Amino acid sequence: MLTLAERRRGIGAGLTVLIAVILFVGTAVVTLLAWDGDQSASRLFTAYTWSILRFTLLQAALSTLLSILFAIPVALALARRPGFPGRVWIVRLMALPMGLPALVGALGLLGVWGRQGVLNGWLTAAGLEQPVSVYGLSGILLAHTFFNIPLAVRLLLAVLERLPAEYWLLSASLGMKPFSIFRFVEWPALARVVPGVAGLIFMLCATSFTLVLVLGGGPAATTLEVAIYQALRFDFDPPRAIALAFLQITVTAAVVGLVTLLPAATDMVRTAGRSIQRLDGRSGPSRLWDFFVIAAAVIFVASPLLSVLAAGLRADLWKLVTGPRFIQAATTSLAIAVTAGTIAVTASLAILNARQAIRDRRDPNLAERLLSTSLAGTSSLVLVIPPIILGTGWFLVLRQFGNVGDFAPYLVAIINALMALPFAVRVLEPALEDHRRQTARLAAALGIGGIDKWRLVDIPVLLRPILTALSFAMALSLGDLGAVALFGSSDLVTLPWLVYSSLSSYRTNDADGLALILGVVCLFLTILGTAGRKEHNNV
Amino acid sequence: MRGMSTILIVAAAAAFTPFSVQAEEKTLTVYTYESFTSDWGPGPKIKAEFEKTCACTLNFVGVADGVALLTRLKLEGAESQADIALGLDTSLISEAKATGLFQPSGVDATAVKVPGNYSDDTFIPYDYGHFAVIYDTQTIKNPPKSLKDLVEGDASQKIAIQDPRTSTPGLGLLLWVKAVYGDKAPEAWAKLKDRVLTVTPGWSESYGLFTKGEVPMVLSYTTSPAYHMVEEKTDRYQAASFSDGHYIQIEVAATLKNAMDKDLAKSFLTFLVSPAAQGIIPTTNWMMPAAATSTPLPDAFDKLVKPGKTLLIGSDEVAKNRQAWIDEWLTAMSRK
Repeated sequence: MLTLAERRRGIGAGLTVLIAVILFVGTAVVTLLAWDGDQSASRLFTAYTWSILRFTLLQAALSTLLSILFAIPVALALARRPGFPGRVWIVRLMALPMGLPALVGALGLLGVWGRQGVLNGWLTAAGLEQPVSVYGLSGILLAHTFFNIPLAVRLLLAVLERLPAEYWLLSASLGMKPFSIFRFVEWPALARVVPGVAGLIFMLCATSFTLVLVLGGGPAATTLEVAIYQALRFDFDPPRAIALAFLQITVTAAVVGLVTLLPAATDMVRTAGRSIQRLDGRSGPSRLWDFFVIAAAVIFVASPLLSVLAAGLRADLWKLVTGPRFIQAATTSLAIAVTAGTIAVTASLAILNARQAIRDRRDPNLAERLLSTSLAGTSSLVLVIPPIILGTGWFLVLRQFGNVGDFAPYLVAIINALMALPFAVRVLEPALEDHRRQTARLAAALGIGGIDKWRLVDIPVLLRPILTALSFAMALSLGDLGAVALFGSSDLVTLPWLVYSSLSSYRTNDADGLALILGVVCLFLTILGTAGRKEHNNV
Repeated sequence: MRGMSTILIVAAAAAFTPFSVQAEEKTLTVYTYESFTSDWGPGPKIKAEFEKTCACTLNFVGVADGVALLTRLKLEGAESQADIALGLDTSLISEAKATGLFQPSGVDATAVKVPGNYSDDTFIPYDYGHFAVIYDTQTIKNPPKSLKDLVEGDASQKIAIQDPRTSTPGLGLLLWVKAVYGDKAPEAWAKLKDRVLTVTPGWSESYGLFTKGEVPMVLSYTTSPAYHMVEEKTDRYQAASFSDGHYIQIEVAATLKNAMDKDLAKSFLTFLVSPAAQGIIPTTNWMMPAAATSTPLPDAFDKLVKPGKTLLIGSDEVAKNRQAWIDEWLTAMSRK
C-alpha cells in the first residue's frame, strides 16, 4: 500500500543500483576484452576444464548440502533455548569464521584435524600408526562446512526468532508434539529462506580458491577460479580468463536458479508483536538433544579458532600492535570495511525496497517484473564474478586517470561491497518483509511517510537487522585480501595483507599474532551486529 | 551514519596519498615484489643507502611477485611510471624481452658472478637461490639425497609443494624435474604424487604448513635455513643436498626503455650490484648475493648446502614449453 511517489522512488533507487552494478562489472569486462594483447594461443576449453568444472560443482553441492543439513538442527535448538547459557556468545561465535582470511581458517582447522593436529594426536596415542589424512575432498568439505555452517545457522536462526509469539501459544494449547511443531511451524518458516541460503553457500564454495588448493591435496581437486587466476596472472590471456569466468557464472547461475525455483514463500500472518516465549521442548530428552547439538556445533566451530588463538598468543602481540605498519593497516582495513559495509547495506535496502514496491502493485507490467528478477539475480550472482577480473579490468581503466595506487582503496571497497551484497540482502530481506507486512497498512492509514516514517516506524524495528547486515559485510571485507593486492602499491596495506606479508617473509609467528588480532576485531564487529539482542530477550 | 563514513573515507584517502614529489628533486621509480619492500625486506635499507649518494628520491612500488610484476608492466605498456623493474627471474626473461619494454642497462656487470655464469646485457642479476627441499630434522632422520631419492622414497614422509600455475617456486620444481628427468618427467610426477601432501597456491602457505609441523618437508630455497639460524637461532630446519643438482632461480633487474632519467637508472643498477647493496640482500631477502659484499656473510651462510651441480633451462625454452609442461604436470598429478 505505497503511495505512487513512494513506489516511484523505490523503483528508481533499485534501478540506479542495478545500473551501477552492471556498469561497474561491464566496464571491467569490456576493458579487458578490448585490451590489445597476444591472441589466445591455447584452446579455451580442454578436457581438463570439464573435469575441474565437474569437481567444482560436486564439491560445492556436497559442501552446501552438509552445511545446511547440520545448520538446521543447530538453529532449531538455539531458537528453542533463548535462555541457553552463553547463548549470545554462541551466536557471536557463529559470525567469527567469516572474518578470517581463508588461509588463517585453514591453518586453524589443520591445528585440529591435520596430520599433527589434536585429533591425530589422540589417535596416535590410542595406537594408530599412520595419521588420518584430511587432504582431498574430505578436507575441502571440512573447511567449507567450518566456514558455512555458522553462516547458515545465523541466517536460519534470524528467521526462527522472528516467528510470532502467537504460533508458540497456539502450538502449546494444541498440545503439538515436537515433530508437528517442526512440520507445521518451524519448517514452513525455514523453507522460505533455505533455498536462498543454500544458493549463497553454493556460490561461496564454487568460487573457493585458497581453501580448495591448500586442503585439496593436488590439481585433481581444484576449481574454475584457479584456472581463471592462472589465465590472468601467469598467461595474461584476458579472453581465456573471461571465457572461463562466463562458464563459471552461467553454470552457477543455472544451479542457483534451480535451487531458488523450489517452492517456498509462504506468507506469514500479522502479529500483535507480543514478546516471544517458547513453551515447547520442556521434556528431558528434548533438552538433552538440544544441549548435544549446540555443544557439538560450538566445539566444531570453536576448536579451530582456539587453535588460532593458541598460535596467536605465542607471538609478541604488543610489539605487533605498536609496529610501524600496524596502525596504518588497521585504519585502512577499518575504513575500507566501513565504506564497503555502508555501500552494501544501502544498496541492499534499495534493491529490497524496489522489489517490494514492484510486488506492491496489483499487476506489475513486464518491465517491472523483469527489473525485480534482475535485481534478485544481480544481488546474488555478483558473488561468482572473480574479483581478479574486476581488479584487472578496473586497473586498465583507472591508469588513464593517474596513479592507480590512489584509486586502489576505493576500488577494493567497492569490490568488497559487491561481494557483501548477497549477504546483506539475505540478512535484511526477511526482516524487511515482516516489517512492511506489519506496518504498511497502518502507516498508509495514518498518512506517515518520508523521513517521519523512517524515524518513527522503520528505524526502531530495522536498526537491529541493519546493524547485523553491516557487521556481516564489514567482517567479510576485513577478511578479504583484496583483489587489488595483485596490482597493489606499497601504500595500500590492510590487515590480511600484513598477515600474508609476514608469512612471505618467514614471519610465521607474526602472522599468527596478526590473525588473532583480526579475529578479535571481527568479534567486536559481531558484538555490534548482535547489539540489542539481550534487551529483547529480557522483555 | 553517513557523516561518519564520509570522515572515514576522507581519512582513508589522506592515508593513501602517495609521497609528495618535490619538483626540483629527481625521482626514480622501481617496480618490485612486495616482500622486497616490506619492513623486513631489503627495500628500506637499499632506499636509505642509495638516497645518500644520488640526491634523489627512490620510490618502490611493490606487487605480489615477479609474475605480477611482469603482468603489470605488460598492462601499463609504454605509459608505465616505472624506471626500473626489479625482481623478474630467469624463467620470465624471455617473456620480458618479448614485450620490447626494456633496454640494455649499460652497466658494467663484470663483478656479478652467479652459478652457471648467467649474464645478459639487459637483465642484471642481483641475487640468486637454489631451490631445495627443506626438512624438519626432528621428524626426518634420513633426508632424500637426490631428486631421484625424493621421487622414489618413502611415500609416508610427505612434502608440501606449490602450484606451478600460480607460484614461481612451483614452476621452479616443475622445471627442476624436467631438467633431471626430461621426457620421463610425467612418470616421475606420477610417483612423486603419492608423497605430495598438498599443492598450495603460493610459497607462503606451504612454508606456513611446514613451520607449523603439519608437513615435514617443503619446497623452498637452500638459503631458507639461514633465516632460522640467524633470526631464530635454531638449526632445526635444514636443506637436503641433492647429488643430481639443484635448479637455480636468478633474480634480475632491468631498465625500462621509457625511463625518465637513464643516467639515474644506470647509477641505481650499478649501486645494486655494488658491495654496499649486495651486503644488505642476504639477511633481508634471504638469497645469495650476486657479487662481492661489503661485509662478510653471517656464519650461518657457510653452513648452507652448496649445490655441486646447478640446473637451469634457458628462458626461451621455458617460454616455449611452459604451458605444455604444466598440462603434462596436471595430467600426471590428477590421475587417481
